[in-house]
Amino acid sequence: MDRLRCAGGRRRGRGARWVVGAVAIALVVGLSAIAHAGEDPFSAIAALSADVESRGIAALAVSGNPRAAAVIAALREGKLYAWKWPRPDPPLYIRTATGFVDARSGAAVAAPPLLNLRRVIVSDTVRAAIDTAAGTLELASASATVRLKAAETLFQAADPGALPLIDKALAAERDRQVLRALRQAQAAALLKSATGSTAERLAAVGTLAERADLSTRNLLSSLAGQPPAVAAAIAAAIGDIDFKLKLWGVAENVYYGLSLGAVLLLAASGLAITFGVMGVINMAHGEMVMIGAYTTFVVQQLIAAFAPALSDLGLLVAIPAAFLTAGALGVAVERLLIRFLYGRPLETLLATWGLSLILQQAVRSIFGPTNQDVGSPPWMSGAVQLGGLTLTVNRLWIVLFAGLVLAALMAILRWGGLGRSIRAVTQNRRMAAVMGIRTPLIDALTFGLGSGIAGMAGVALSQIDNVSPNLGQGYIIDSFLVVVLGGVGNLWGTLFAAMSLGVVDKFVEPFEGAVLAKILVLVFLILFIQRRPQGLFPLKGRAAEA
Amino acid sequence: MIALGRVTIVTLGGVVAAALLLAGLNLLTPAANALHVPDFAIPLFGKYLCYAMLALAVDLVWGYAGILTLGHAAFFALGGYMMGMYLMREIGARGVYANPVLPDFMVFIGWNKLPWYWYGFDHFWFALLMVMLVPAALAGLFGWFAFRSRVSGVYLSIITQALTYALMLAFFRNDMGFGGNNGMTDFKDILGFALNRETTAVGLMLASAGALAAALALARAITASRFGKVLLAVREAEARTRFLGYRPESYKLAVWVVSAVIAAIGGALYVPQVGIINPSEFSPGNSIEAVIWVAVGGRGTLAGAILGAIIVNLGKTWLTSALPAVWLFAFGGLFIAVTLCLPGGLIGLFAGRRRGAEKARGTVSERQHGPAERAPRGVVG
Repeated sequence: MDRLRCAGGRRRGRGARWVVGAVAIALVVGLSAIAHAGEDPFSAIAALSADVESRGIAALAVSGNPRAAAVIAALREGKLYAWKWPRPDPPLYIRTATGFVDARSGAAVAAPPLLNLRRVIVSDTVRAAIDTAAGTLELASASATVRLKAAETLFQAADPGALPLIDKALAAERDRQVLRALRQAQAAALLKSATGSTAERLAAVGTLAERADLSTRNLLSSLAGQPPAVAAAIAAAIGDIDFKLKLWGVAENVYYGLSLGAVLLLAASGLAITFGVMGVINMAHGEMVMIGAYTTFVVQQLIAAFAPALSDLGLLVAIPAAFLTAGALGVAVERLLIRFLYGRPLETLLATWGLSLILQQAVRSIFGPTNQDVGSPPWMSGAVQLGGLTLTVNRLWIVLFAGLVLAALMAILRWGGLGRSIRAVTQNRRMAAVMGIRTPLIDALTFGLGSGIAGMAGVALSQIDNVSPNLGQGYIIDSFLVVVLGGVGNLWGTLFAAMSLGVVDKFVEPFEGAVLAKILVLVFLILFIQRRPQGLFPLKGRAAEA
Repeated sequence: MIALGRVTIVTLGGVVAAALLLAGLNLLTPAANALHVPDFAIPLFGKYLCYAMLALAVDLVWGYAGILTLGHAAFFALGGYMMGMYLMREIGARGVYANPVLPDFMVFIGWNKLPWYWYGFDHFWFALLMVMLVPAALAGLFGWFAFRSRVSGVYLSIITQALTYALMLAFFRNDMGFGGNNGMTDFKDILGFALNRETTAVGLMLASAGALAAALALARAITASRFGKVLLAVREAEARTRFLGYRPESYKLAVWVVSAVIAAIGGALYVPQVGIINPSEFSPGNSIEAVIWVAVGGRGTLAGAILGAIIVNLGKTWLTSALPAVWLFAFGGLFIAVTLCLPGGLIGLFAGRRRGAEKARGTVSERQHGPAERAPRGVVG
């Protein structure tokens, strides 16, 4: 503990010395910048050469002149006018909605010499200078977020000319996050500049190495002509960053895999009931998912038509709606079709395939063959930054939703009255009937439950996939594979299988491409079924023998 | 079985006679004659005959060995691709890019060398050999893995579907060297006969009829033999057959490979008649369609498979042009109607009438009233 504190203290001491040194350099650099541009940045901005103009903009931004922000904003918007002919101290005007104001003083000008004025041209080089300048100006903002963004812009620019400004901001800054960003910007600028001792450069490399991302790596690898010790430190830092980036890459793959797994889990959970518990091969399962997605679409349209104020909550309404629609359809299908085919799995497969064709064509006839536009509410868009990871919010919601659905399903099966009946009927149909359970009703409700869950999966998929009549077909094979891999009738197995299939898929994908990943997974599954024909978690004991 | 044998002979005669009649009416009557068969009907009927071979192949494994394959179109399409490769090489320098060796699509994606697996396809005999060998090898490998580990029932069905799905994805890739999603087309001639000539179309159609007749005879020989009896035993009670000392996996593997080759020959004859082969032939829907032809005609009767394929496809051709929106409804309804009301198929309606009462008793006792107690574990034999 003591040693740690000691190390921290040393570090802080070194930092303070470093700042003093940096200020000294900054003074020199800053003075040289101003000397370069002549006595007046305004005159430089009015110059015809883009280089001089850029220098003037940079100098103005650093100068602390109260008019700087207004002038640079005017320049960006193309509202800055300069004297057309060469002359010392050329006048500069800003056009406003009502007339012209003097750029230097901000005073309104009654009668500008319009014939002698030209609009200041903003070329690409100048635009870059404006962006940097705007960034430096924002460093003085009262909002910490704006300052943080400005510090980031300065880091990306890595402009040695901005050093004095950064130093000034550093001295005034209190926010720890902004301070760190400023130090990184300072280090980047210092490494780019021609000045700075080897020790300072080494310290700067150390500061940058803490920030392990791709832009830092690019910056470091673009640095040339450094002293040998610094070059070695840079090489070490790049190696370090590469390693960290690789770790983040692995984490990212895991996340993508889990989110793909969550999608698979959603699609397969319902199948785990109809196929896993009841043993019904429902090839129309994908179409139940598709109908859930279309229910989402219809609910959104209805809400947009009748209660536009609630449109953000459309998805929440769609979840029960999709469950009920697909569930009711499932009950109807069980009563009208599947109950005649119990004990004949292959015939069930064919009949439900026929059903899936009919459902697809029905949806195509009603809604048309094109993709329907299902909106995303604002709380589902955007991304969350977690270290080097970018997590899209809609995927996070889907992972969460998949977990909730699975948990609810398990709770129903374990504790619910319906769940108890379902288990009783699957374990011993005759005994359950003797005990007074209406087995045909339970069959229908079980199938309805599985279909309803598929419908809820459709709500989630409508957010990340195209809502078209073919939506379900893409998931049916994967869902069956998940259920088979996890072990028939085993929800924990389904969870594990979905997640591992998702992660494996995402890890193989970058090396072999998405298609080969799929093929490899299929080959793996064929081999796997040989080894463990009953899935990852085979049932043990009496239940396994029936 | 005797009754079925008679049906087989009638079907055989019917197919050959119909093919000869169509060919004769097309070639020998003038276009103005009322009996003249229009040119488009010849490759259309040839196509049906190829489909009938696929149906026969499916029936051989599903009807007699109880293996419900949902991926047999993969073998059909593979056979088609082998033939397509020969036809592409046959184009020679007459392609758009006039490259004497490389097919157009390879030039288009910037390849300058023929991949090794295209060697030899400029010879017809080699292509013909590959038409049989490649699907047989795939079927052998797949079947060896699947049957040895006693994967059966719906699990096998799902895996066969996954197989054809994986192949479809693979053939969609441009860098596979099979033309990507455009597949192969613009064929010029076969064995020197121009494909756009009417006599070539008639010849191909008659060849298809001959191949179908040969396949039917072969299938009949297999199913009527002792080997076929064991297959039936495997279908009815695989575990019991094993306990009697047979090795069901060997029997299944053998019939599986034969069936794959029959399907592949059908595919090879299909491609020159329709003039194109592309990865959509691998789509799982095609395989399931083939299964329903068999179910409509009558599972476990070879003649039924052929009848079913021809009748369903006639209906499809008519409905898709007359009422396109209705086709999928009708087709889906057909699946449901046949499985619910017509388990014996069309042949079952005729042939089964005599044994009707007996059969009805059998099905009733087989059928359970409710889902299986505990999920049925089709994996364990």
